[in-house]
Amino acid sequence: MNLKISALEYVQEVQNGNISAEDFVSKTLEQIQTVDDKLHAFLSVNEKAIEQAKLIDKKIKSGDKVGSCFGMPISIKDNLCIKDNITTCASKMLEHFVAPYDATVITKLKQEDAIFVGKVNLDEFAMGLSTEFSAFGPSKNPWNTEYVPGGSSGGSAVSVSAFECVASLGSDTGGSVRNPASFCSVVGYKPTYGLISRYGLISYANSIEQIGPLTRTVKDSAFMLNLISGLDANDNTTIDNKNEDYLSGIDSGIEGKKIGIITEMLGDGVDPSVLSATKDAISKLESLGAICEEISIDMIKYSVAAYYTITATEAGSNLARYDNLRYGYEFPVEGYEFNSYISKARQKFGPEVTRRMIIGGFVPSAGHAGKYFLKAMKVKSKLTKEINEAFKKFDLLIAPTVPILPFKIGEKINDPVSLFLIDINTVTANLTGKPAVSIPYAISNGLPIGIQLFANSNQDKLLLQAAYALEQTVKLPEVPI
Amino acid sequence: MTKIGLEIHCQLTNLKSKLFCSCKANYREFEINENICPVCMGLPGSLPRLNQDAVKKATLIAMALNCTTPEKIAFFRKNYFYPDLPKNFQITQLNIYGDTSVGGSGSIMIGDKKINITRIQLEEDPGRLIYEGSSSKNQITLVDYNRAGTPLVEIVTEPDFESPKQVRLFLNILSDLLENLGVSDPGLEGAMRADANVSIEGGKKVEVKNIGSFHDLEKAVHFEITRQNSLHSRDIDIVQETRHWDDKRKITISSRSKEEELDYRYFLEGDIPWIIIDSEIQNKLKSEMPESITSKKERYISKYSIPIQVADVLSSDKFYSDLFDESHDESNAKEIANIITTDLMGLVDTREKREESKITSIHLKDLADSIQSGKISRNSAKNALYEIVKTGKNLSEIISELDLGNVSDESELSKIIEEVIVAEPQAVEQAKSNPQTINFLVGKVMQKTKGKADPKLTLDLLKKQLG
Repeated sequence: MNLKISALEYVQEVQNGNISAEDFVSKTLEQIQTVDDKLHAFLSVNEKAIEQAKLIDKKIKSGDKVGSCFGMPISIKDNLCIKDNITTCASKMLEHFVAPYDATVITKLKQEDAIFVGKVNLDEFAMGLSTEFSAFGPSKNPWNTEYVPGGSSGGSAVSVSAFECVASLGSDTGGSVRNPASFCSVVGYKPTYGLISRYGLISYANSIEQIGPLTRTVKDSAFMLNLISGLDANDNTTIDNKNEDYLSGIDSGIEGKKIGIITEMLGDGVDPSVLSATKDAISKLESLGAICEEISIDMIKYSVAAYYTITATEAGSNLARYDNLRYGYEFPVEGYEFNSYISKARQKFGPEVTRRMIIGGFVPSAGHAGKYFLKAMKVKSKLTKEINEAFKKFDLLIAPTVPILPFKIGEKINDPVSLFLIDINTVTANLTGKPAVSIPYAISNGLPIGIQLFANSNQDKLLLQAAYALEQTVKLPEVPI
Repeated sequence: MTKIGLEIHCQLTNLKSKLFCSCKANYREFEINENICPVCMGLPGSLPRLNQDAVKKATLIAMALNCTTPEKIAFFRKNYFYPDLPKNFQITQLNIYGDTSVGGSGSIMIGDKKINITRIQLEEDPGRLIYEGSSSKNQITLVDYNRAGTPLVEIVTEPDFESPKQVRLFLNILSDLLENLGVSDPGLEGAMRADANVSIEGGKKVEVKNIGSFHDLEKAVHFEITRQNSLHSRDIDIVQETRHWDDKRKITISSRSKEEELDYRYFLEGDIPWIIIDSEIQNKLKSEMPESITSKKERYISKYSIPIQVADVLSSDKFYSDLFDESHDESNAKEIANIITTDLMGLVDTREKREESKITSIHLKDLADSIQSGKISRNSAKNALYEIVKTGKNLSEIISELDLGNVSDESELSKIIEEVIVAEPQAVEQAKSNPQTINFLVGKVMQKTKGKADPKLTLDLLKKQLG
């Protein structure tokens, strides 16, 4: 049984009767058993996965209608609600929280007969880019377990990379899908804001974050997007994509497409191996007929500061509900006055979440909002304007996903500012609502490098076509697990 | 000079569902914590789903209060921790970053006095706290979230009131207006609540919060003015503060909490995109807007020559004006107005009685027509009305059951008159010499027929018989 097949190959194999969902799912669970002690991608594993796979096999045999996932094992970032499952956000605050409902993406995937093989690790409440801030311990990079897998959707990237599932859903607030995808050498897709319903995604910074797939191939991301995108009555920010088919015409190529090279994302601090990989990717794209040119986007230099100001503000508000009154962990309220109770109960938050909530209490407060929060909002709108201008000239933009290679676990954990700065290449897509994708491109000293492409809002199809074209030029070694 | 400003919270009780989920807006029918869902409980991952109907209703209120209505509105988060607030922020509206709430400045007249409206905003009601335990030591707080997320419209006025009486008049007009718009039932417990800002000449502004009914609002304002005046007369400074209305003792008490120091860290609610209410939508809303009380009143007066006082009463109460408008035509309008304002109002003078009342516009039309055609006397009509309200049976059924029909059969009536003439020889003599006293005999006939004799016919027949 080959666990390394792509999602589309899996569907093909099951349809052809070459493999059964049951066999594949049980092999996947075995793989988790074998490798996850070392990698720690999973926070919980679905005990009923084999049972569910059997049911799907039965449906296939009896000729019933089967959803287009055919029992494909998918891992789910543990900030997405699955009914009756514990959903922890990798936080002690929600260690025992059982979601009473399904996120919209979960409902959709259930209808398509996907099997959720387990919930995967993340930085607590998706705040981080190394998965080191999980309250339940860090995940490890399958390419070298001494290194971080990136984050915050680290568990998602690891599980796809280490064949513990075929595909995964993560969430991307400032790069949280693309960054670990880059660090673990998988495809990570952040769609246009509003393309995928966020209903059931536990909010960190709701105005800029999106759910996104992490997959082995670009086509798989397009396939996943077909299943989970579109208007949702439960999320007022969703946009109507008219049931766009992102797979059709994905091999259209990029001949004649204009691609802008963002100079601010290739400046100082970019690792030489990342820089040369990016240059190599640009020349590949040119050889495919694209026209590449440099473009400077001035506001990018303020983007990380603006990003952390805005996300901290929203996080401070979004995480205020965790007062342990309506759900949470065992901590009796009796004998406490409300304020003293919640400040005690909220001590279960980890250090990074606490740090951001403190910032979030400060930057939008009276007397400081003008200097911080409102200024950050101004940067956001100016940046959006600049990016929109750029897309008048270019069809796509290109930059490395992350300016550096994966770093060692513990190496940067006590230096939050240097950690923050790693987000420089990813936050722009979130602040402007544009789609962006990380494509595995190179391996340097045994560590992966991803290339990032951006497109204008609602140009997800074009973006996937370009990503596919680039992907076809790459041949990478297998992950050494 | 005394200055009073009001912040009125009005629940949109006539909506089907809450502001951001499909739980019922009418939470009053539920057992504690039964009218809740992941959205109004603010469960992790849930998102608000804006009730478009609430936006329309709030916009109607803004229009009825002559407010400016922006073409784009937005929602903001007001961040503070409180146990009745499931998300620990309230989704509300704000005008500090441009006019983005449903209503901007407007005004309303109370007689000759103009009260300016500062703004109108749509927001969610928090849950309800229930305190149990006898002393502060063993007090426990219970939370009922059934109300959390109920659509609430906040109406903020300028400090234009000068007396508690003006406040009361305003509140009467406002609650009639809201009821007439069909957006709210102001009589429901907790549907209308208010805070008041009160200051007197030379004193600082005092905010009185937590006033649970309009009735108490006038009292609270009155108490506060008296309290401030008495401080002032003793040369004691009136400090700026927030006070709470003590519902039981009917006094205001200084709040220990420093609410005025709270920083709400307002920012845009990203989960609800901006809502467009362009001129096309506004015009459509305007065209669907129910006729205003003033316009109804003018119509009643000019079209049917109904007296001003009657028209006033009729138009200001939606229950009556609906009944009137559905039942009347040109021929019976005055009669129906009369029945409503003289007889019906006495029968349905409380909320409970109204709810139990079985009367319909068809009853009123039948009643008026029967009076006008002489089928039934006014007196009997009153009895019939009582039965109608109680049972809802149709008029002809009630007339025959209770034998209320007029005695207008000449021979039958003549027989009764003969009996009266025999029984009252003295009165007959008197009537012959002095025609003025004939009414005594008419009265006797009425008595014998239990008020059902056609009065005109009776008089004619009596005169004829007496020669």
